[in-house]
Amino acid sequence: MQQIINFLIRNKSFLLFLLLFCLSLFFTFQSHSYHKSKFINSANFLTGGVYESFNNIGQYFNLKEENKKLLEENNRLKSLLFNEENTLEENFSMDSTLAQYSLTAAQVYKNSYSATNNYLTINKGKRDSIKEDYGVITSKGIVGIIDNTSNKYARVLSILNSNSRVNAQLKNTSHFGTLRWNGISPQIVQLVDIPKQAPIKIGDSIVTGGLSTIFPKDIPIGSVVSFKLDQTENYYNVEVSLFNDMTNIGHVYIIKNIDAQEIKSLNNIDE
Amino acid sequence: MNNIVTTNIVRFIVLVLVQALILNNINFLGYINPYIYILFIILFPIKNNRVLVIFLSFLLGLCVDLFLDSGGVNAAACVTIAYIRPLVLKFSFGMIYEHQSIKFSSTEFGQRITYFAIMTFIHHLILFSLEIFNTSKILLILNKTLFSGIFTILLCLLITVLFSKKHK
Repeated sequence: MQQIINFLIRNKSFLLFLLLFCLSLFFTFQSHSYHKSKFINSANFLTGGVYESFNNIGQYFNLKEENKKLLEENNRLKSLLFNEENTLEENFSMDSTLAQYSLTAAQVYKNSYSATNNYLTINKGKRDSIKEDYGVITSKGIVGIIDNTSNKYARVLSILNSNSRVNAQLKNTSHFGTLRWNGISPQIVQLVDIPKQAPIKIGDSIVTGGLSTIFPKDIPIGSVVSFKLDQTENYYNVEVSLFNDMTNIGHVYIIKNIDAQEIKSLNNIDE
Repeated sequence: MNNIVTTNIVRFIVLVLVQALILNNINFLGYINPYIYILFIILFPIKNNRVLVIFLSFLLGLCVDLFLDSGGVNAAACVTIAYIRPLVLKFSFGMIYEHQSIKFSSTEFGQRITYFAIMTFIHHLILFSLEIFNTSKILLILNKTLFSGIFTILLCLLITVLFSKKHK
């Protein structure tokens, strides 16, 4: 017994090192799997608060650009509105309880794109009834999926994250695949598992597919830069250039799919 | 003694904030960021015991991880360099370290560069290996380690020169 205690005292720095190193490894591995990093994430009151106060100063520098983006989006929506006057009467309903998707605007406090697992922190959380698995988009295209929330803040798993998987399809046809990222360029993401039969061309638009309950159908993602067959020669691997500039994101919209619960419970019955 | 404690507390907070709010948004050439918060570990008083250094390094790394959403990679890297710090000190400063009479401001510039460089490169290598965690991207890991490391060393040296107290 004496010897054991002596051993512990003699090697206490090494043992402490080993313990703390294992603890950090545990946190690291936990962060590699989706939804598991409950403790170490930037959507808590301390880091969120610091980012918030810093952002209050920083946001003034981007006002011009944000205004321009807003104007462009308004422009696009207005032209849609004026050109579809006839169909508007039938489809457009002011009753928000009938809508399948509800949107919340939020501001990005922290954005990274140089790491292999990137996350954003936004200023809406549980008290704005934001939950996990809501989609996040900008006016130009998709940004990511919410994976952690605190009271005031939420963390977004960016599409520039090696754990990110988003259902996507070609705009002209309905051939769908999975969107992922190889961690190299923040402008280019990869679309895999597009079947060989798909008539794919360089410059084709890629949009979200309607298969997931997270994103609505037809949200723009990017355009095809290049494509080649994978090793099995049955599927295409497509390089997609994003419409969204992921390095410069100010305001985002959070999409809540009101029917998500219903769809999920239906799918669970099948299993 | 009290003075040293306050200095180190202030240094801890300032370095974490500077790292999280400013330096991680540099993204020079798309991916090069300096990680100067390790300056806290590098400059920590040598006379203090090893257990304290390791524990504070873990806290430091974890704070940075909280801000950067990186799981525990910074904590792991920090704990490692805190543990091997005595070895690196002995290697780079030699006999002076043995006598425990070392002051960073009075050491030779060349020795200081060696010390900083070894600490920085080991830290960055562990940091990026754990972050990328993919053996097929070993070139990317080495690439990031090299360039971010050079950036970190330059900044660390500049900061130590700028903020060093004059002993005359």
